[in-house]
Amino acid sequence: MKRLGFLIPLGAFLALAIVLAVGLNRDPREVPSPLIGKPAPSFSLTRLDDPQTSIALADLRGKVWMLNVWASWCVACRDEHPLLVAFSKKGLLPIYGLNYKDQRDDGSAWLMRMGNPYQASLFDNEGRVGIDFGVYGVPETFIIDKTGTIRMKHIGPLTPEVIATEIEPLLKKLNA
Amino acid sequence: MIPELGHLALWLALGVSLVLGTMPMVGAARGRLDWTALARPSARVLFALVALSFVCLAASFAGNDFSVLYVASNSNRLLPLHYRITAVWGGHEGSILLWLLMLTFWTAAVAQFSRHLPDAMSARILAVMGWLSFGFLLFVLTTSNPFDRLFPAAAEGRDLNPLLQDPGMVIHPPMLYMGYVGLSVAFSFAVAALIGGNLDASWARWARPWTTAAWFFLTIGIALGSGWAYYELGWGGWWFWDPVENASFMPWLVATALIHSLAVTEKRGSFKSWTVLLAILAFSLSLLGTFLVRSGVLSSVHAFATDPKRGLFILAFLVIVIGASLALYAWRAPSVGLGARFSLVSRETMLLGNNVLLVVACGAVLLGTLYPLALDALNLGKISVGPPYFDTVFVPLLTPLVFLMGIGPLARWKEAELPDLAKRLKWAAGSAVVATIVAIWVHGGIGIVGALGLLMAFWIVASVTTDLVERLQPPAGTRVALLQRARLIPRAMVGMMIAHLGVAAFILGVTLVKSGEVERDVKMEIGDTTEIGDYVFTFRGVREVPGPNYRAAQGTIEVSEGGRAVATLHPQKRIYTATQAAMTEADIDTGLTRDLYVSLGEPVANGAWIVRVYYKPFVDWIWGGCLIMGLGGVLAATDRRYRQRAKKTVRTDALGAVLGTT
Repeated sequence: MKRLGFLIPLGAFLALAIVLAVGLNRDPREVPSPLIGKPAPSFSLTRLDDPQTSIALADLRGKVWMLNVWASWCVACRDEHPLLVAFSKKGLLPIYGLNYKDQRDDGSAWLMRMGNPYQASLFDNEGRVGIDFGVYGVPETFIIDKTGTIRMKHIGPLTPEVIATEIEPLLKKLNA
Repeated sequence: MIPELGHLALWLALGVSLVLGTMPMVGAARGRLDWTALARPSARVLFALVALSFVCLAASFAGNDFSVLYVASNSNRLLPLHYRITAVWGGHEGSILLWLLMLTFWTAAVAQFSRHLPDAMSARILAVMGWLSFGFLLFVLTTSNPFDRLFPAAAEGRDLNPLLQDPGMVIHPPMLYMGYVGLSVAFSFAVAALIGGNLDASWARWARPWTTAAWFFLTIGIALGSGWAYYELGWGGWWFWDPVENASFMPWLVATALIHSLAVTEKRGSFKSWTVLLAILAFSLSLLGTFLVRSGVLSSVHAFATDPKRGLFILAFLVIVIGASLALYAWRAPSVGLGARFSLVSRETMLLGNNVLLVVACGAVLLGTLYPLALDALNLGKISVGPPYFDTVFVPLLTPLVFLMGIGPLARWKEAELPDLAKRLKWAAGSAVVATIVAIWVHGGIGIVGALGLLMAFWIVASVTTDLVERLQPPAGTRVALLQRARLIPRAMVGMMIAHLGVAAFILGVTLVKSGEVERDVKMEIGDTTEIGDYVFTFRGVREVPGPNYRAAQGTIEVSEGGRAVATLHPQKRIYTATQAAMTEADIDTGLTRDLYVSLGEPVANGAWIVRVYYKPFVDWIWGGCLIMGLGGVLAATDRRYRQRAKKTVRTDALGAVLGTT
């Protein structure tokens, strides 16, 4: 019995190796979300730039909009951001940010530095709304339709391919 | 011709590493002295061959040989010579070659300085290191050959990643790799001891200076990387919990645990199997870090040149090396025994606590780094957890660790008494609390976490002082001059105290930066000013400045304090000619109590720019603390007793040899 204890490190390592091997052969970004086709969770959060004004899910009903989860501490968001800024200039749909587990000053400074593609950013300091949306990490992007139903979710930074092959066709369908 | 020579040297090295891996190992098992005697010369030849190959690659860079694919991808005629040389490790293939160079260097160093070890032991150690070299050589030769030719040759190279064109990058990777690979020595000692079945206190004594040396390089390497990120990435942060950083931090945490555990094993014979496990883990984490950075399983800001085929090779290598050593551990360690007993309150217990906390901290970092990957493997999506997770996890782990750091050195081995410890440390505790209150009073509100940070830093300083005072006090009834007493303190002990003070400086730096930093992004027109505290920053405009392989927009910002000029800063925004990559070069006025950090954002209109102005109190204490820790490591590793013992055994060996011949 005592001998078995000395096998624990080996067992733990082999389990880790299996995870690594699986991770190696995987394109991580194609994951169906259980939330797709479900109504977006309701929320009411203050704007990042204005603690006095709140935005609720109901305010956004009737339009197709994008929710982009970001944070000033998020390294991948830096990669994604220029693309998002360029995309917002096309004006295809309003983009709202969910400023996830961040500080107000940090978030605002970050937007000032990197450019602001958002109609508004919702300030989710404690990450409650993020949890409701099933956010594992940052960045993530959701497309929500006129009825408030989540139609698409993308995990990780957006890429030009995702925008061209998934988001834009979806928008054509939703706006038709 | 030169690249082919380098390539050939690697193939020859592969053969030599095979000899080094097998012959001495078999020789040690069969008691064949003629076979074990092959170990030292093979280790030296191996190093010479890899060094030759490295020099060949460097020569190709220096001579702008763009018929070599790797040179063409990472260099450029316009690149200054010193960066052409350091571009050798600017990409994947060269980094691995550098790693290999370090590994063979450590192997040759062990061959040189292991004469006092029993013959079979040193043969086994060198053989294990030979196998490691074999694996990495095979990796270079099959998946990452830096000497691959490019036909037709490129007219011009693609240039070195501009981020790496920086003095910090010249020494950061070699230092870090020295640390990473240096842990292979402790690993090889452990594996050799498991194979030979001679896991005793002397094993720990031999492994100690090597481990401390590797730890020193790792500490400095990480600090340099952090400093580089601070001034080169242009956003004023010094640690991002990026996977690449975590990859270096995890071995550091375990190596720190190992240093402490080795002390117990050497002095008391306890924790033997645990120490061996740590030695295996520390190097395993170095390898794992390499895998994470090189395979592309995790995306990161500074992961470069990733390729799944290479990932598969490293994973296989990882499974063989770590799997085999852990299997060996599971097989041999149970027979090692427990060593001397100790009571619940003793230095052993404190060090065990230190070990557990450090390993748990490492586990937390591993989890935060791999959790995204694990979720992904389970089909749950790709994420990044980030500072909120690590900050939440680290403070609760560090607090008891620092508390123990104060008590441990004062506690007696085997059995200590709580009331006695409390009595000896009451002044330390009291003065730490008073110092914290005074500091908060002088500094102003800094929050609970800030106050805790200050308390931890002062606690370390006060307890180290107590320790020092006790050691300087002559025993009752004797009269010894202070200086003489001071000389009696072993150098390793002084090293420990200094390293602990380094931790205090580090904590102080982190705490004061976190609580007092001011970051401001302002739009400034020429002549505009912005104020942070008493400092007034005046924007004097931006002009074009040419560089060797870039063009730069250089801003001029004058800083004054109460009407007195403090500094004139010249942050730059560079566009590199070959890659058209834009780089931000911050300019920093460094001071003991604060950094003034200025970098250029984007141009707005009419000569106005977005300017980032940061005030970072005590930020340099972070790296200063690391340097102090490193200094402590150097002192500990060069303690006289390691050197003396080495000399003495050499002499007896020589005597034995003489007697043997007569």
